[in-house]
Amino acid sequence: MSMSPRRKGRVARGVQYAVLAVALLLFAFFADWVEIQQAFFDPAVAASLFPRILTVALKNTVLYTAVGFAFGLALGLVLALMKLSSVGPYRWLATLYIEVFRGLPAILVFVAFGFGVPIAFGTVFPILTTVMLALGLVGAAYIAETIRAGIQAVPRGQVEAARSLGMSTTWATVSIVIPQAFRIVLPPLTNELILLTKDSSLIYVLGLSLSDFDLTFFGRDVLNQSKSMTAIVVAGACYLIITVPLSLVVRRLEARQALTR
Amino acid sequence: MSGADGREAAVAIEVVDLHKRFGDLEILTGIDLVVHEGEVVCVVGPSGSGKSTLLRCINQLEQSTSGTVRVEGVELTDPDVDIDRVRRRIGMVFQSFNLFPHLRVLDNLTIAQRRTLKRGRSEADRVATANLERVGLADKAGAYPAQLSGGQQQRVAIARALSMDPSLMLFDEPTSSLDPELVGDVLAVMRSLANEGMTMMVVTHEIGFAREVADRVIFMDEGAVVEEGHPDRVLGEPQHERTRIFLQRILAPTSGPVDAGGDGPSG
Repeated sequence: MSMSPRRKGRVARGVQYAVLAVALLLFAFFADWVEIQQAFFDPAVAASLFPRILTVALKNTVLYTAVGFAFGLALGLVLALMKLSSVGPYRWLATLYIEVFRGLPAILVFVAFGFGVPIAFGTVFPILTTVMLALGLVGAAYIAETIRAGIQAVPRGQVEAARSLGMSTTWATVSIVIPQAFRIVLPPLTNELILLTKDSSLIYVLGLSLSDFDLTFFGRDVLNQSKSMTAIVVAGACYLIITVPLSLVVRRLEARQALTR
Repeated sequence: MSGADGREAAVAIEVVDLHKRFGDLEILTGIDLVVHEGEVVCVVGPSGSGKSTLLRCINQLEQSTSGTVRVEGVELTDPDVDIDRVRRRIGMVFQSFNLFPHLRVLDNLTIAQRRTLKRGRSEADRVATANLERVGLADKAGAYPAQLSGGQQQRVAIARALSMDPSLMLFDEPTSSLDPELVGDVLAVMRSLANEGMTMMVVTHEIGFAREVADRVIFMDEGAVVEEGHPDRVLGEPQHERTRIFLQRILAPTSGPVDAGGDGPSG
């Protein structure tokens, strides 16, 4: 007995819903809800986190990410332009940089800055400077490739139109190509920002004083004292408070862009 | 407008022995051409004949391989010439409009004025508005290009070029990517420009427009000028076989061979 494709599709969908429902029921039935609540959602521990998790930890994570991203964006733009340069050595340097920093684990760069710089230069950078450099240098490699692709996605006719109006290459690049390239790369660039938000937690390898705690470090610190996973859950929620709105913003920007494209 | 260095003032464009090569492919095989001020010259020919390349070589958007291009006596092919300064005098309109999609219509018209002519915002806006009125689109100043029809976009592109106060205009198949019902508005703008005495060089397939507006028609094939002259002669009584074949194809694509020396195309 053969079924029509449409009927087959309907049956397949029904089966998928059934599997999902059974899995959820089994989980709800067998999970130890009391244990789970105590280990992950202890209200007393949760209450003890405030307000410091917001005023110190969340603030620091946002600050670290922001300075790292700002530096990475500036450096990434320079690298992207170098990679598109007609001067060979600029292209080679940019390629070398991108390959090296894309190939290294971010944590290695953090260690290099946290421990290498004091040894090499005899000075200790402030935490904020170290994060800016380490996070920015790693981010710049990815951002450069994203921006380069964006610049190359701007149609050739745009530069031709600008040049035919008497604009110099520089003006055409600055006022016509780069603004359009940024519209194209805004979604991938925001992804980059989300990745850096999470990478900012690598700052733990530097060892931090209380006022420098970021979300992850703060969560681990409380976990060690309270022996409750609640701190980690709340810290995780704080990351989502940053990243989910970012995704929403991107979606709105994309919708607006569709108008002007 | 007085010609520079004693050159005859009436010459707007002078092309001497222009060659353009892409690798082994020779696109232009030695073009000689003079366009006088106030003249409207239409360039026709089969695709791949090099007519667009010729136009793009005139403002050196396409770098020529050898030969000379002079516009108002300034040699664009001289590497020491400030090409940006010369290009401000040469308006260019593209087949694909090439409006800046991230800018509103008014800003499309003002950005180059402000960046290269150093006009202030109010003066640039005034010039832009006047040119939008000229092409009948003053009410679209606040729109984005994507909100306009193709014909409107092309008229904005013409207004954008005019905002630089060019002394001559190059049109590269300005109506080729338009829906047939939108072609008329663009041609009407070009016709009124021609009537105002603008020097124009137009690469086009609109034979009717060429017949009506052009002072001179150039027929190109395989990178060379095959024949040129008054539109009635080149389009009505072509002297060369290749011109005849081209006109037959473009004017009666579905019918069989016609005696092109006879009654010619009906405009």
